[in-house]
Formats: sequence, structure tokens, C-alpha cells
Amino acid sequence: MRQESVRTTAPRFLKEIEVMPVEEKQVLTMRGINKSFPGVKALQNVDFTLNKGEIHALMGENGAGKSTLIKVLTGVYSKDAGTICLDGKGEVQIHSPQDAQRLGISTVYQEITLCPNLTVAENMFIGRGEGRLVDWKSINADTEKLLKKLDIPAKATQQLANCSIAVQQMVAIARAVDMDCKVLILDEPTSSLDEQEVEKLFGLMRDLKAMGVGIIFVTHFLDQVYEVCDKITVLRDGQLVGEYEIKDLPRVQLVAKMLGKEMDDLSDIKGENAAYAGKDADEKVFEASGLQSNAGIKPFDFYIQKGEVNGFTGLLGSGRSECVRSIFGADRVIGGHVKVHGKEVKISKPLDAMKNGIAYLPEDRKVDGIIGDLSVRDNIILALQVLTGFFKPFSKAKANAFAEEYIKKLNIKTASADTPIKSLSGGNQQKVILARWLLMHPEYLILDEPTRGIDVGTKVDIQKLVLELASEGMSVTFISSETDEMLRTCSRLVVMRDRKVVGELSGKDLTQNKIMSTIAGGE
Amino acid sequence: MKKIKENTSIFNKMSDTNLLLTITIVIFFLMYIGAVLFQGGGFTKPQMFFNILNANAALIITACGMSIVMISGGIDISVGGVVALVSMCCAVYLDYHDGSIIGSILIALGIGLAYGLVQGFLVAYLDIQPFIVSLAGMFFARGMTTIVNTAPFNVEDTEFNALKLTRINVPGLGSVNKKGIYVPAYVEIGVIVALILVVLLFLVLRYTRLGRNLYAVGGNKQSALMLGINVKRTKFLSHLICSLLAGIGGYVYFLHVGSGAASHAMGMEMNAIASSIIGGTMLTGGVGNIIGTLFGVLSLSTIQNIVASAGLDQAWWTGITIAAMLCIFLLIQSIVMSQKKKALKI
Amino acid sequence: MNKQILKKITSNQLFIPLMALILLAVINLINDPGFFKVTVGTNNAGNPVLSGYLITILDYGSELAILAIGMTLVTAASGGQDISVGATIAIAGSAMLRVLCGGNSRPETIKAPIIVAFLVACIVGMLCGAFNGMLVAIFKIQPMIATLILFTAGRSIAAWINNNELPIVPDPKFAYFGGFIPGIPIPTTVFIVIACIIVIAIVLKYTNLGLYTQAVGINENSSRLNGINPTFIKFLSFVILGLCVAVAALIKVSRLSTINYSVIAKDIEMDAILAVALGGNALSGGKFNMWASILGAYVIQFLTTTLYKFNVQSDALAAYKAVVVILLVIFSAPTVRDYMTKLTKQLPMFRKEAA
Repeated sequence: MRQESVRTTAPRFLKEIEVMPVEEKQVLTMRGINKSFPGVKALQNVDFTLNKGEIHALMGENGAGKSTLIKVLTGVYSKDAGTICLDGKGEVQIHSPQDAQRLGISTVYQEITLCPNLTVAENMFIGRGEGRLVDWKSINADTEKLLKKLDIPAKATQQLANCSIAVQQMVAIARAVDMDCKVLILDEPTSSLDEQEVEKLFGLMRDLKAMGVGIIFVTHFLDQVYEVCDKITVLRDGQLVGEYEIKDLPRVQLVAKMLGKEMDDLSDIKGENAAYAGKDADEKVFEASGLQSNAGIKPFDFYIQKGEVNGFTGLLGSGRSECVRSIFGADRVIGGHVKVHGKEVKISKPLDAMKNGIAYLPEDRKVDGIIGDLSVRDNIILALQVLTGFFKPFSKAKANAFAEEYIKKLNIKTASADTPIKSLSGGNQQKVILARWLLMHPEYLILDEPTRGIDVGTKVDIQKLVLELASEGMSVTFISSETDEMLRTCSRLVVMRDRKVVGELSGKDLTQNKIMSTIAGGE
Repeated sequence: MKKIKENTSIFNKMSDTNLLLTITIVIFFLMYIGAVLFQGGGFTKPQMFFNILNANAALIITACGMSIVMISGGIDISVGGVVALVSMCCAVYLDYHDGSIIGSILIALGIGLAYGLVQGFLVAYLDIQPFIVSLAGMFFARGMTTIVNTAPFNVEDTEFNALKLTRINVPGLGSVNKKGIYVPAYVEIGVIVALILVVLLFLVLRYTRLGRNLYAVGGNKQSALMLGINVKRTKFLSHLICSLLAGIGGYVYFLHVGSGAASHAMGMEMNAIASSIIGGTMLTGGVGNIIGTLFGVLSLSTIQNIVASAGLDQAWWTGITIAAMLCIFLLIQSIVMSQKKKALKI
Repeated sequence: MNKQILKKITSNQLFIPLMALILLAVINLINDPGFFKVTVGTNNAGNPVLSGYLITILDYGSELAILAIGMTLVTAASGGQDISVGATIAIAGSAMLRVLCGGNSRPETIKAPIIVAFLVACIVGMLCGAFNGMLVAIFKIQPMIATLILFTAGRSIAAWINNNELPIVPDPKFAYFGGFIPGIPIPTTVFIVIACIIVIAIVLKYTNLGLYTQAVGINENSSRLNGINPTFIKFLSFVILGLCVAVAALIKVSRLSTINYSVIAKDIEMDAILAVALGGNALSGGKFNMWASILGAYVIQFLTTTLYKFNVQSDALAAYKAVVVILLVIFSAPTVRDYMTKLTKQLPMFRKEAA
């Protein structure tokens, strides 16, 4: 393919779709990439090769260096050493996202990186092309065509903020597709999409592959890797573990490579912990009837027993999170009755829930969980401190003791308790938030997607912890997008569809198929 | 199959910018009609409206600059100081140094340009908060004005005074005065300059890449960077434009008052910010419109006139009414935006 | 090892204001070796008083230091600044005078005890704070814009409270607060500041105000989900600033025993914000260091006094201050600091140490 500068304002994707012969030719080669941050060697001598027309999964635990590698490639970070070669251009220097874009490297990030205040069409063309003037008519028309082609339910002139998150994500992908890119990087694009949308995205990826685009796909969902990818490159601790054909690397081995040890943890962990066997095992710790919040869920009934692990399942957007948020008082409760230990209580704000021994680990760690600039210590003690009271601050020694206890207990990797939480890796941040709630010694712990966006090792740690806590008598509600994770931990599942509770499964009904059919409805 | 919900109400279909603009324009017309109905008198005469323009041409220009900076997510509170500095420097140049009109215009542009370059560089490339930078800029301009000349004085230069008194009649509009003579409505040169700039800036924001980049940077800086926009340059240009407009506004102000004084344009930055907000520009960035700003200035000065003609001529009423109006508009913005968010959620 | 200590010192928040203070002290010392001389004299009333530039700085920096306390909290909690403090000082001061003089501009005696007048001022100050706090916390309006309302209207309201008259307080005791108490040679304002610092120190030590404020400033959502009420914390920070304003108003009005609506505490909001920034606190909110802000306030007063010492006119003062401020922010800007560190690494003497 000849080098061509990106100068068009019209979707090139539409104009010239040439089906290229899929040659085994490298479109991108990164050799000997090194990058270090103060105190951390994020990448050590990493090689990466991407062929034309290939979907290449980049796998690794959190902190393995995936994000760093991608940020080096997209010019967000500058590398310390190594070379990046692009097809037809030889060695290239990438100093900024603009450089990357100009060279035909497009990226779609997990967090939507579009401007919510602009229209869909504006988001499609901004930052590209030449010329100082804007031809609105052609831009809007071209965008409309592209949206239709990709089956994205949005209008070109609609303000992006008025679209749903999934649509916004798809607009971001459409933009990347439209940029005539040779290398497309998808950095966990699926975490906010539901199944249909993921399927649509995969269809799109296969189309692009047929056109000879090289795609780097980063995800935590193993299913998706095996569904769509051709090759896998595994990183661990900033070093290259290896590059594998997908067929040569079974799932278990992939996990083993990522973790650096043979793993059987992913099998049955439920059996390891005995169920809670106290006398009060069938006491209803929490009971709600007709509970409804202002977040648009239908009224629902719910209960949990002492030492029980249950879960809410359903597609993304089915109202799982909204249910637990209303239990915790995180959204405004507008109806229903709540009983804790059989006694009617009123929970209208998080503090009420906390006073009743309920803890809630929110879905979005960055937005709702961590307090970035505060130290790990302050983040750990926060909930208990608030519960203790405004006029009773912990002494420094006490706060330190609390923090050290849980850093050790949960094996949190941090330089010290004084380190700001934002400089920790995702998995460790999640552990800190977990520590915050465990410190409160809740009777009822709600975990909303505690394993999202964190590495496999920590995932297993958290699942084990949940079962351990339950066997000690804590009631836990566990929500996860990955059904097998829920099957491994929960003994009862509440199934949701379209913001309504549609069923409850327990005992022998707890199978993948049964869940799927309940979610789908109709039998 | 799960459908992605689409919001169909007009409320949500409108972009934030258009929604706030509409509110502003409607309120301005209601207010002016109200003034005509209940106060009658002066408000029925076209000249009343044009006097508002004449007195506020400089504010219109500086407020436009302010809107542009605010759209890109910044703020510039040095504009009032720059206006004062420009009028003092021009006055001194014209009278003490026997300068020419062209020379004085160049001085005004030069001061604006210098301010824009320095402030833009500090904000965009050194990443210092715009509030602090322009705060220092304001201090500096006010201080420099007194250093240039302590006492206020009127410009005597004949050529300048001729220009100052130039009136451009508005065709077809006028009124009959007490003696029964038809007096055509007129505007000053500054108004023409202001209107040309308003149109120009409107076109820049709407139809140029730079204009769209300003909105993008103000909407989400991080995203704008990822989308391949040169965020630093865009921020730099927004401050450059704003200061340059403050320079031009300073000259228009000077042309209107014909004097130099350290106390000139006191609090103009606040009026400019208020006008922008009333005109639908959000301080959070990414939302705003130049036409709205024009109406913001008009609304602000109309209410001042209403207050004055209602007999509440004590000085403090002006301050209180502007503040009350600002308060109302801020509340409207806040309520509208939160309603919109709520509507989208469900 | 040495390098680590050096890094620890330079990364401390108090480093910048302290360096600025030392720099100013050195400049003054070179210019006038007698700058730091403090002498005992007598004032008009025949009481012994301390005088000297240092005393002037301590005395006149008081209002700023008190405002810096409240401004730091507002900045940390809301991520914005209150630009109405000057105007609300005028309101609180005017209310105080109204109570003291009972609406009479030249009363023979004060109409109410000073303490009552002060309490009224406190209530007025806190009401103004509550108004700002309501707009910011409940209506989610940006602090600088929300406070623009009182900034614009404040001085007008102050004039309206006393019908635009300028009452003079007849009781000489009232002047003690902004001057000297007979028999004590140290300015009373110094004691007031010390009292305020002790109060805020106690509050920060024995309550969770600091933790809550920082948590709210950094991540409002998380704070709410951890049982903190962000709306209340933001509101509270503005009310506390309102209280600080009332104390500052007492000093300001006491200095003259009267008020000038358009001039009193003019531009003090800018100085207070600068104090917070000089203290190394992010103006975008979050973590804060109260003591650095207070130190910052005195640095600014030091600078003002120094400029007066160099015979700068009071009107032109602003220009010089602006230059100093810009230089300070440039040298504390992260990008410039990074560049400087890179530069020093390239110098041969530092390179040796690194190797």
C-alpha cells in the first residue's frame, strides 16, 4: 500500500474499499521498546509485531505493560529506547497523538475520548484533515452515510452528550474506522457495550481485517479473545512472554502465561470454603419490598440471608447496578420498604446504609470509588472514619495500624501507606476500596463488578475472598459481567431484564444455559 | 433485540448552545417589550436602543473575546485593565506626543497583541491557571496605567475629537423631538466596528476549524488531545484573540469617552463575564455563542436603563440589579442543565 | 543521600512561600540593613507601641491571613474561589456600623455593645457565605461565577445598609481591634490572628473537616458513596469563609472607626486567592495545606510593604505585584520545574553526584 496522507474530510472508508490480498506482511513492528517511570520499569525490551489483516490480542495482567505499550505507540508517552517501524514508512518517530493519527494509527479507548458538547458529525471530523474552513453539508451527509452503514442509531447533527454511552463508543470506533487507518488499536472497547453491540463491533472488526487493517485488541474478556482474534501476544511485568497463534494456546495456558504460573484456581473454588453454618444461617439480614429509585428501575423485592452470596445478573443496562445502588441509598429511593434484621429502617442516603452495616463497592472505580490524590491510608480508613463521626478523627497511629493491617491482609502492592492511591495499578486500587469496606466490618457487602478491568490474579483473589467472608457469616451480593464468575461464587441469582427483576435461580438451576434462557425470556 | 433509546423531545434534541441562546434571546425581547409597555417614554424611541449600543460597543467587543476564552474553557479577567491601559496610552500618545490616529490605533492593537502573546503562552504552554495569569495581567494593566499617567485627562487632539463625534445615521429610523424637528437615529463608529467583529467572530466559530477546535477543547481537553487537536495552540489562540479584542475594545471605549484615566472600565471584566453568561456561554467551557453574547450585553444594559428610568437612580441599584439578573440567569442555566441531565438518564 | 533530603525539602509545600519570604528579606536587608529593626515608641494616645516594618507586615497582613484560612477551605472543597470577600467585608462592616451607630451617622455614644455588633457582623458574613454556598453547593454554579453576584452587588448593598452615609464610631475602645490596646505594645490584630489560627488548628485536629474537605474536593461522587454529604461540606466551607470575612471586617472597620464602601478591602479577594496559590495549593481543589496559605498571606503583605519601602505609589503597586506573582507562578509551574530539573541534571557538578 502506498503511503498516503490523511487529508480527507469525507469518510474514506466509504469511498474506496479495496479488498486487499491478505499477505503475510508486517504493518507494524516494535523492537526493543523500553520505558520506565520513576521507580518502575514499565516496559523492558518488548517486541511486538502486527501483520496486515490480523486481529492481534494484547494480553497481560494489570501492570503488565499493555497500556504503556499502547501509549508509547500512540505518542502519549515517549519511549526511552527501541524502534517503531511502520509498513512503507520505515522507522517512525511518534511524539504525539496527532503524529500517530497522521501515520495511520487510530485508537479507541475504554473511556470515551470524544467531546460530549459537539455533534456526532463534529466529533467525526474534528482534529483531522486540512483547510481552515468547514463544509457542514458534506460532513453531515458523509457522517449520516457512515452511521447508516455501520448501523449506529444516531443522527449526524445530534449532540453527542444526548447519545447513550454505547452509541458514543460506537461513534468513536466509526471515527477510527473512517480515518483510513492501517493500525487500529481497540483498548478495552467492549466494557461498556452489551452483547449485541459487541457482536456488531466484531462484525466491523472482521470487515476491517478483510480490508487489510491490522487490529490490536486489548480486553479482559477471554471469550472475546477466542472469538475474534488470530494471534495473542502476552506481556508480564513489563516483559514479553511470547507471541502465539490462537489455536496453539488453549485458554488455561493463556491464563498461566499471563500469571506466570500454572493455575488451577479458575476451576471450582466454591468447594474450598464451607458454607456458613451458624445457627442464624437463615436469618434475613436485609429485606426489601417494592424498592424503587429515581434511576428508572421497576420496583423490586429482594432479600439476603446471613452468610449467603447472591448476585444480580442480566445484560448491561438491565438495571443490576441500579438495584444495588437503591439498596445502598446511592440513588434517591422513591418507594418501598426496607428491613434490616427484620426491623424496618429508612435508607435514604449512603450513610444510613452504612449505619445499618451495609457496604457498597461501586461499579466505576475511578468515578465512584477512589479518591485519587489522597493516600492509600486515607482511602482505607475513609468509610469507617465517616461512620465513627465528624468529631472523632482517628489518631495517626490508629489510622496507620488500620492501613498496614489491610495492606498486608489483602496483599496490596504499594510503596507505602502514604502513596496516593492514583499511582497504584487498577487491581490494587480495587483492593484498597475493598479494604475500605472490610474495615467497616459490614454485615452485608455489595460488590458491583469488583473484577472489572483488573487482572486475572486479582480476580481470583477477590472471588476467593468473597467465599471466605461468606463462610464467616457475612452476606455478600456479587455482580459481574462474566457469568462463570458469578456461577463460581453465588448460591442464588436474581435475573434482570429491561430494568425489571424477571426471575430467581438457585440450586441446580444455576447453570449457564438456565441463566441465558431466563435473561432472554420466553423459554 | 435491545434498542438504544433515543430522546425525542425538542428539549433534548437541541444542543446545549442553541438551547441557552434561545432562552437568552426570548428573555431579552420580553424584557424590552416589558420596558416599552410599562416604562414607555424613552424606550419607544429607536435612539434609546442605539444609545445602548453606543455606550456598550466596547463591552460588546470585550465580551465576545471573553466568550471565546470561556468556550475554550479558560477565563481572562484582565480585559478591563487592558481597556484602561489602552485608553491611557492612546490619550498620552495623542496629546503629549502629538501622535496620529493611525499611530494610536496601532498602539491599541500592539498592547492587545502583547497581552495575548504573554498570557496565551503562560496559560497554554506553561500550563498555569488562566485565572491567576489574567489576575496578574489585570493588576499589571491597572498599575501600568497609573505609571503612564496618574491623573485622568481629556484628549484635546482635534482630529481625534472629530472622529469621536462622527455619527452614522441609521436609515429609516428616527424620531421627532419636542421642537418638531425630525432627528435621525445614529450610531457611533465603535458600534460599526463592534457589529463587524460580532459577525466575523460568529463566522469564525461556526465555519472554521479553529472555531470547532475551541469548542472541542472546552468540552473535554483530554478527548480533544486524543482526537488529534493541538490543544495548546488552540488555548493559546483563544487567549490571543481575547486580548486582541480587548485592545480593540479599549480603543472603541477610548473613542467613546475621549479620555484616559486609571479608573476607566473598572469592573468591565465582570460585566463581560456576566454578559457572556447571560448570553448562554457556560464557564465550564464548550458551550456558547457570539450572538448570545451580543444579546447578553444588550440585556444587561437594558436592565440598567430600566433601573435608571424607574427613578432608582441611586448608584447602588445598578450593582444590585445586575447581580440579581446574573443570579437569575445562572439559576436558569443550572436548572435547565440539571433537568436535561435528568431527562437523559431515564 | 544529600539529594534525597534536598528533594524532600523542595517538594514540601512550605518551600515556595518560605523561599519567597527569604528572598524578600534578603532584598530588603541589602537595601536597608535596618529593615528588621523593631523599636518601641509611643502612639498618639501615649501608649507604648512597637513599630518597624516587621510589625507593619504582621499587623496589616492580619486580614489577609484570616481570609486565607477560609479561602483555603473553599478552594479545597469546591475547586473554585470566592471573589466576593472584599464586597462581603463591606457588607459585614456596614452592618456592624449600623448596629453600633443605630442608623445615626454621628452618634454621641455607641448604641449597642461592640460584642453585639460583632456577632451581627458574624451572622451577616455567614449569611453571605451561605448565599454563595447555596449557589455553589445546591445549584452547582461555579464558585467564581456564583460569587460574582455578591462581588457586583456587595458594595451597593453595604451602602444601602447605612443609606450611603459614613457613620463614625465614637467609642475609642472600638479602635483597639485594629490598633493597640493601651499597655500592650503588640498590635491587637496579631492576637486576633493567633486566636484564629488556634481555632482552626483545633478544628482540623479534633474534627474530620480536613479529610472531608479534601475528599469532596478530589472526588465528590466517591465522597458521597462513603457517607459524606458533599453539598453540606461545600456549603460549610463558604459559611466558614463568611465567618473569616466578619473577623476581617471587624479589623478593617476598627482601623478607621468608619467605612468607605467603594474602597474598603478593595482587591483583597485577589490577594487572598494569591495567598492560597502561593501556599502551593492547587486552585482546582483537593489537597490543601492551611499553614502554607497563611504563610502565603504574609508573603504577599511582605511584598506590599517592600514595594512601599521602595517608594512605589499605592496605585502603581499592582503592576509590580503582578510581575512578582507571574514570576512566582512561572517558577512553580510543573512544566517549568521539570525543565529546570532536566537542566540541572545536565550541569557537570550535578551529573557527578548522580553517577
